[in-house]
Amino acid sequence: MLKQTEGSHAVAEAVGLCRPEVICAYPISPQTHIVEGLGEMVKAGEIQDCEFINVESEFAAMSVAIGSSATGARTYTATASQGLLFMAEAVYNASGLGLPIVMTVANRAIGAPINIWNDHTDALSQRDSGWIQLFAETNQEALDLHIQAFKLAEEVSLPVMVCMDGFILTHAYERVDVPTQEQVDAFLPPYEPRQVLDPTDPVSIGAMVGPEAFSEVRYLAHAKQMQALELIPRLAEQFKAVFGRDSGGLTHSYLLDDAETVVVAMGSVLGTIKDTVDEMRAAGEKIGVLGITSYRPFPLDNVRAALQNAQRVVVLEKSLAVGIGGVLSTDVRMAMSGLQLHGHTVVAGLGGRAITRKSLRALFAKAVRGELGHLTFLDLDWNVVNKQLERERTTRRSGPAAESMLRDIGVIATGIV
Amino acid sequence: MSFQPVHFYQTGTFTVGNRLLAQEERSVQANMERTNSLNSGHRACQGCGEALGARYAIDAAMKAASGRLIAANATGCLEVFSTPYPETSWQIPWIHSLFGNTAAVATGIAAAIKVKRHKGQMGDVRVVAQGGDGGTTDIGFGCLSGMFERNDDVLYICYDNGGYMNTGVQRSSATPPAARTATTMPVGPEPGNAFGQGKFVPAIAMAHEIPYVATATVADLRDLEYKVTKAMGMRGARYIHILVPCPLGWGAASEDTIKLARLAKETGIFPVFEAEGGELTSSLKIRRQQPVEEYLKLQKRYAHLFGKTPAVATIARLQAAADKNIRKYGLLDQEAN
Ligand SMILES: Cc1ncc(C[n+]2csc(CCOP(=O)(O)OP(=O)(O)O)c2C)c(N)n1
Ligand code: SF4
Ligand SMILES: [Mg+2]
Repeated sequence: MLKQTEGSHAVAEAVGLCRPEVICAYPISPQTHIVEGLGEMVKAGEIQDCEFINVESEFAAMSVAIGSSATGARTYTATASQGLLFMAEAVYNASGLGLPIVMTVANRAIGAPINIWNDHTDALSQRDSGWIQLFAETNQEALDLHIQAFKLAEEVSLPVMVCMDGFILTHAYERVDVPTQEQVDAFLPPYEPRQVLDPTDPVSIGAMVGPEAFSEVRYLAHAKQMQALELIPRLAEQFKAVFGRDSGGLTHSYLLDDAETVVVAMGSVLGTIKDTVDEMRAAGEKIGVLGITSYRPFPLDNVRAALQNAQRVVVLEKSLAVGIGGVLSTDVRMAMSGLQLHGHTVVAGLGGRAITRKSLRALFAKAVRGELGHLTFLDLDWNVVNKQLERERTTRRSGPAAESMLRDIGVIATGIV
Repeated sequence: MSFQPVHFYQTGTFTVGNRLLAQEERSVQANMERTNSLNSGHRACQGCGEALGARYAIDAAMKAASGRLIAANATGCLEVFSTPYPETSWQIPWIHSLFGNTAAVATGIAAAIKVKRHKGQMGDVRVVAQGGDGGTTDIGFGCLSGMFERNDDVLYICYDNGGYMNTGVQRSSATPPAARTATTMPVGPEPGNAFGQGKFVPAIAMAHEIPYVATATVADLRDLEYKVTKAMGMRGARYIHILVPCPLGWGAASEDTIKLARLAKETGIFPVFEAEGGELTSSLKIRRQQPVEEYLKLQKRYAHLFGKTPAVATIARLQAAADKNIRKYGLLDQEAN
């Protein structure tokens, strides 16, 4: 059914249709509306046979999820930013134990300085946690990916993180097609656990493993992600057969066939990038876009194939690997190994900084002219940075950096015009 | 195999031979049908109080749950010595997740059971969470308090050996005053733990007004079984805190484990009591009060108190703390004394 609704609400409806049995979460912006929506649905009886648990921290949220998933219940949680870091130890544990929990991450920056707005630093900090990580481009895809996520998680027995841009998607009202219960039931069978805490067949889960088998156990985690690499496109096809639309898969290609310049990105910014690319195409530029939907497992082959005939690649990412540059671009470069093309990393949109078509157009044009460096910070205010660097050069007690820089920018930045 | 003399009767104790009791009053351990939840072959040190406590507690819980029990276990000695891959001593469904999240994992198990029961996919299954004092009173305290506060249907058992034993005897917030650990030595003027620090989680559990809180020791195993059985007869959050001597960490002889546990109770150093809904309902009386020295001098962790010049003032403070417990928890039968 077509609906004009908030992204968070669309996701809550999707999760509800997947018949979750345990939902546990701890509030953090911009995730709150999803969990509140689910709470209302449990209360109203729209989701039946489901325990909704308010916990005292994200660490507890993931831990409750571990317990319930290991007891055979389909389990869901959601978080963002500081919350994801707070639960990190349990995030690794859930995947190490092979528990098919589904979690939404409403992508948000990580402090300090504390910042509630969108970027991808939170999810990418967990890229090696063993979770499958899918990135939604639109609210429709966020909704669809959650339905696919439960199926994927349960088939390979690994947890899945569905990442959607905080505020930009979670709080945006858009038209979405909400499937029927019959459709979802036809796609997603009841959860059949591979391992379960069951008094009639007792097992020990989470034993200590030494050097004699640890590598093998870890390799298995990798092997399962490689299975997921094959499964994800198949699930997208099955999804299309039931729901009638393209959603998910490993990557999304846009005007790549003859593209000399390929822009690689993840999440909602792909929309702005495509609009910019349309403009440039109209002006005769051979430019295309590769959207990464599955960040973990990373589709090396697809990325390589997409870049095969290009002359340059611009990886535009909402994350910063401090001390080297890009996070996503490191993976893209791995896919490019042996290909002769120019690679550019662009760090953009940190902490909610708007990524405009104007800036993108100038940026891509610069890349086409061969003037773009290896690492660019889009729309960085050099005055502010240089002023602070100068202050630190000249004054020992230069004070808290973020606060000083805000003062330099003035009241406009704080919104109190 | 070397010859081991078998003692059928203990002398100088208050234990009663099982065969003098009616069938239904006999201990769970005396029953051939007991589960052996924590089976032999594990790698605990000789005389480990934690292994003993866990075996009695979980077998009693299994009996009370008619064999339908799931356990969540914190990282620590109990976890490490019971499950060196690919072996396991556990005869029940058991999960170890992390050091500090066991209460929350148990909450999740209980939630799943509730849903599965409601759907008719599962019968009644009960949940026990267990951890050491470090996993309970320190790193796992947030999750524990959350589980209490929500009154989740979990029995949490803490095996208190007064320190982080698995990592080599460091201080925890349950390390008693004046006891030496590897990490009490660098802080403060004394090698032992400072006075006026630490926390007594049973009292904090009572402050949550959960249905049931009890303490026990491995000296009174019938009392332990009784408390576990009682706790299993209730619903909601329940907490049992068991004092379990650790020969390695305490610097004590393996054969003194029971004796030390008994002395902890008989001196008043460790109060043994029950509370319901936050109110004290009973305490195990001291049978033959002992001065704290009797307890302290058997343990090398207190050896620094008994040097050439005994630390009389410190010992007096420990005696005062024991006396305070005796007053606070009514540990002395007024008439008997
Ligand atoms: C997050 C985390 N921090 C530290 C450790 C290291 N660690 C493992 S067991 C343990 C001590 C356990 O002490 P306690 O809970 O009292 O149990 P015991 O071994 O004394 O029975 C520590 C510090 C860990 N496993 N995880
Ligand atoms: S160190 Fe202590 S608690 Fe750990 S196994 Fe040995 S005796 Fe038991
Ligand atoms: Mg301990």
